[in-house]
Amino acid sequence: MAQHDHKNPVDKLEKWQEEIEQEDFKAGEMIIEHITDSYEWHIITVGHTHVSIPLPVMLYDEGEFHFFMSSELHHNNGTYQGYFVSDEGFNSGKLVRKDDAGAEIRPDLDFSFTKNVLAIFFSVFLLGFIFISVANSYKKRKGKAPKGLQSLLEPIIIFVRDDIARSSIGEKRYERYTPFLLTIFFFILINNLLGIIPFFPGGANITGNIGVTGVLAAFTFIITTYSANKNYWVHIVNAPGVPWWLKIPVPLMPIVEIMGVFTKPFVLMVRLFANMSAGHIIILGFISLIFIFGEISQGLGFGVSIVSVGFSIFMDVLEILVAFIQAYVFTLLSALYFGMATEEAHHSSETINH
Amino acid sequence: MSLINPGFGLIIWMTLAFGILLFVLAKFAWKPIMAALKEREDSIENALLAAEKAQQAMEELKLGNEKLMQEAQIERDTILKEARKLKDVILNEAREKSIMETKNMIQSAREQITTDKNAALAEIKNTIASYSISIAEKILREELKDKSRQMAYAEKLLKETSLN
Repeated sequence: MAQHDHKNPVDKLEKWQEEIEQEDFKAGEMIIEHITDSYEWHIITVGHTHVSIPLPVMLYDEGEFHFFMSSELHHNNGTYQGYFVSDEGFNSGKLVRKDDAGAEIRPDLDFSFTKNVLAIFFSVFLLGFIFISVANSYKKRKGKAPKGLQSLLEPIIIFVRDDIARSSIGEKRYERYTPFLLTIFFFILINNLLGIIPFFPGGANITGNIGVTGVLAAFTFIITTYSANKNYWVHIVNAPGVPWWLKIPVPLMPIVEIMGVFTKPFVLMVRLFANMSAGHIIILGFISLIFIFGEISQGLGFGVSIVSVGFSIFMDVLEILVAFIQAYVFTLLSALYFGMATEEAHHSSETINH
Repeated sequence: MSLINPGFGLIIWMTLAFGILLFVLAKFAWKPIMAALKEREDSIENALLAAEKAQQAMEELKLGNEKLMQEAQIERDTILKEARKLKDVILNEAREKSIMETKNMIQSAREQITTDKNAALAEIKNTIASYSISIAEKILREELKDKSRQMAYAEKLLKETSLN
């Protein structure tokens, strides 16, 4: 912009318009930016200085590895080695390059160590630290009453073991699945709670990311399928208690059942993702209201802020509740699927159904 | 739309991180925690069972004691009864014996008294006889001091005897 002739009134007008547009507050963009993944961890902007943690970008494209820090993008006006962050369409917020026709395409593989990855590693270390120290206090205080962090977590651990694992899977097999159920429960819970905290190292919307919830659901799906017994597959192919004309000649029930095998983890993925994202969107929406009204007049902005902050507090409290509920629901449904997959056949009740 | 476009890299990293977390927690956290919880629950259950057992034993002991007490009471009662009976028998016997003895003593006393009385009477008779003889002797001596009188008296006596 420095080479522009400032004496030219048309240029002056253009520049002014550009500045207006730049400072214009776009609530939708801001919200999406906050709840999606990014290549750097933006912490705060003071005036025109952005304080953010640069993270490594790892790309594999056309047989070549590209490895650079995300800060390189800023130093080179947003484009580095031909890659830039798309700001619209399906790939918005992700690194793309222009192909020969000028369309944006994604690199072949993008292994970038993004904000969410860092947040996941942070929560993984936090969980590891918390539970290994709790395990140590169990070893140290053998046979004694729990104390401190141990006594805070013990009721939750017992709740997951007794009311989720044991009641859904059954007395015989629940012990095999308890470690996984405990891990997903506390992983989802701690990331839900960290997601509510608006500052570093919280604030990353991990459980509201469809990739993360997808991986969790995939774990449940793989364990369910792997541990499924003969009875489970018989139920899918030839569901007992269903009239024969629903199976032959058109295998309607088997098709529905097989679809069900995949919709179960899919629903797990979408439910957690949608619940957590929705909560964040609402809170950010209330905060955005302050700036939207603040652009109209400063006084109005201050006035609205009282209401907005009040609603945000209400939503935050609700989010804490949702954090627990969603962790519970995901774990309970996983346990129910494991229970279904390992259920023994009981012929006596089935013959009655016929 | 970018919201439902999962990042490939994120999925890979997430799988890796979660897999490591699952392995580490399962091995170093859940295993010892579950074992400790189970151990504690078992020990609590055992303690409760032991307490119940002890209570049962106590109750049995109490029941046994009561039974023993009852038996002892019954035994005491029979012993007392027998003793009372025995006492009555002894008392009666003693009473009868004493009555008999008294009777015997009275009898013998009476006999003694009769014998003594007879003896005394005999003695008195003897004494009176000897006294009357000596008095009669003295009287005779007095009356027969001179010969005339002696003669007269002898005559009188002879007359009396021959008259008879």
